Amino acid sequence: MAGTLAEKVWESHVVRRADSEPDLLFIDLHLVHEVTSPQAFDGLRTAGRQVRRPELTLATEDHNVPTLDIDKPIADLVSRTQIDTLRRNCAEFGIRLHAMGDVEQGIVHVIGPQLGLTQPGMTIVCGDSHTSTHGAFGALAFGIGTSEVEHVLATQTLTGARPKTMSVNVEGQLPVGVSAKDMILALITQIGTGGGQGYVIEYRGAAIEALSMEGRMTVCNMSIEAGARAGMIAPDETTFAFLEGRPHAPVGDAWEEAVAYWRTLRSDDDASFDADVYLDASTLTPFVTWGTNPGQGAPLNATVPDPKDLTDPGERVSAEKALAYMDLVPGTPLREVSVDTVFVGSCTNGRIEDLRIAADLLRGRRVASSVRMLVVPGSMRVKVAAEEEGLDQVFLDAGAEWRSAGCSMCLGMNPDQLAPGERSASTSNRNFEGRQGKGGRTHLVSPAVAAATAVTGHLASPAELGART
Amino acid sequence: MNPVTVHRGIVAPLRRTNVDTDQIIPAIYLKRVTRTGFEDGLFSAWRANEADFVLNRPQYAQSSILVADNDFGTGSSREHAVWALMDYGFRVVIAPRFGDIFRNNALKSGLLVIEPPITEVEKLWAHAESQPEQPVEVDLEANEIRYGDTVTPFEIDAYARWRLLEGLDDIALTERHEELITKFEKSRPERFPSIS
Repeated sequence: MAGTLAEKVWESHVVRRADSEPDLLFIDLHLVHEVTSPQAFDGLRTAGRQVRRPELTLATEDHNVPTLDIDKPIADLVSRTQIDTLRRNCAEFGIRLHAMGDVEQGIVHVIGPQLGLTQPGMTIVCGDSHTSTHGAFGALAFGIGTSEVEHVLATQTLTGARPKTMSVNVEGQLPVGVSAKDMILALITQIGTGGGQGYVIEYRGAAIEALSMEGRMTVCNMSIEAGARAGMIAPDETTFAFLEGRPHAPVGDAWEEAVAYWRTLRSDDDASFDADVYLDASTLTPFVTWGTNPGQGAPLNATVPDPKDLTDPGERVSAEKALAYMDLVPGTPLREVSVDTVFVGSCTNGRIEDLRIAADLLRGRRVASSVRMLVVPGSMRVKVAAEEEGLDQVFLDAGAEWRSAGCSMCLGMNPDQLAPGERSASTSNRNFEGRQGKGGRTHLVSPAVAAATAVTGHLASPAELGART
Repeated sequence: MNPVTVHRGIVAPLRRTNVDTDQIIPAIYLKRVTRTGFEDGLFSAWRANEADFVLNRPQYAQSSILVADNDFGTGSSREHAVWALMDYGFRVVIAPRFGDIFRNNALKSGLLVIEPPITEVEKLWAHAESQPEQPVEVDLEANEIRYGDTVTPFEIDAYARWRLLEGLDDIALTERHEELITKFEKSRPERFPSIS
């Protein structure tokens, strides 16, 4: 029978299938971090269980770590305890940990691909909803809660019903200055935050194939913001080129065999999806959010929408509340919205390509005096690479802050937070109320829009700087 | 996990869509390493900033059934959202649609989530707003929600229902298939990476 990519990967991992029961699925890679794991390790200890496959488990410190003074003890004692707990758990259960100060430390979804641990055809889970990022390599990757983290630690499997599949077809070519981030923000606004609920999305079409691995990761990363637990892209030459030579990528004959297998990982021509969505890349422009969920977005050229124009009563109330929280008036051009803070980073846009795009726009320019700009590399390797290219100096010369790796202001668990009432343009993934700090207001943007906004002080496209990209 | 069978309690009507897990419990409360004690974080911003927020109103102070609009529990995978709801006293959450990860987390922790159509949700809101003191009975054995003269049947995944009714530990259930896991591991291709 013809199958989709998601179905092929799922089927090849089924350990047990029985009538009226969920499948038992084998997990190839389990990524662990400090926030969603301590209670799972406690559960193992209470039940006298071990970690079944420590060599398929990798831990790092990312969510709550400071991005300044990382060589000093963490000032926040509760955060420090959480980090110390992860270190003790990893030592006790024999799990490799990339701790603060280690060059391999970074956001869990940045380091997996960087180490070559994320490969096509794998099942990958993590106690973090943005695990969907790894789907960019043709892996089936999704976020889980702490109970499931404990289940995977103990059994290296998960139970679940096979998800429905959705194809998102993006044909055409992205215009200059429009990026993967604009594409995914536009998609989420089109299908809504619940549009992908219950599905694994497969992104396909010419505009997807033209994306770099970084761009593909940005797209898959935000699948969860459309309600889909996983997003996938069939592996191709771009994928293989990214993986070749990475520390955990196969070598020699094993590499050839792996590539031959990876080439089989695509949806059959006659496979059908449970739902199909279409998007024309050539019509896209820089896209930003105006509300308090990622589905409340609009082209940067547009104005703040009027909730009165929404027909669904729930959506209308939601939009009214969002505009009140965001302190925005319907009809205001989005370009006239001033920001206090610009954040470049996160598992959505904290990779080297993202930093290059932002740096190219800032080279020879200054961050507006009214704006604080934070640039936080997604991993220490990204930081090192950026410094080798001199990007750190570009950011510093422009007046931005250059930090060490972590989730940082994406979720405001560490000291990098918005003050109440502050407004940000952020390359992260969620504009929820208070996400970046209590009372903070977030506009989700691409790295290019973030950089242009930092220079002008208001939401701006790179074209406004006279730049071509 | 304690078995879930029949629960009778006061309904808190939460007429909001897209109640993401950052609203249910902000990240700042996620630094703790315990599995209990998260009730202070539940909806902390709304409770602090909105005097008329449903949980600030005395008639809903003892509520244990939360009824919300579409897309409850979207966003972050934090199971702390489920723990905070349970620590605060909620045993059932009803909404037309839930975030997938939240639904999973809830059912694994013994928080019953039910997804009736919006029309039934609206009736529950109307009931809770007009007769807040009148409890609602959620019966997982009969698959029914009952209040006043109203009996609303609901559907729920049969396997999840069985686990809840029996209060079964997922890991122990999976361990019954240990030999199948071992067999799978032996036939697993060597091409997949290993960390050690």
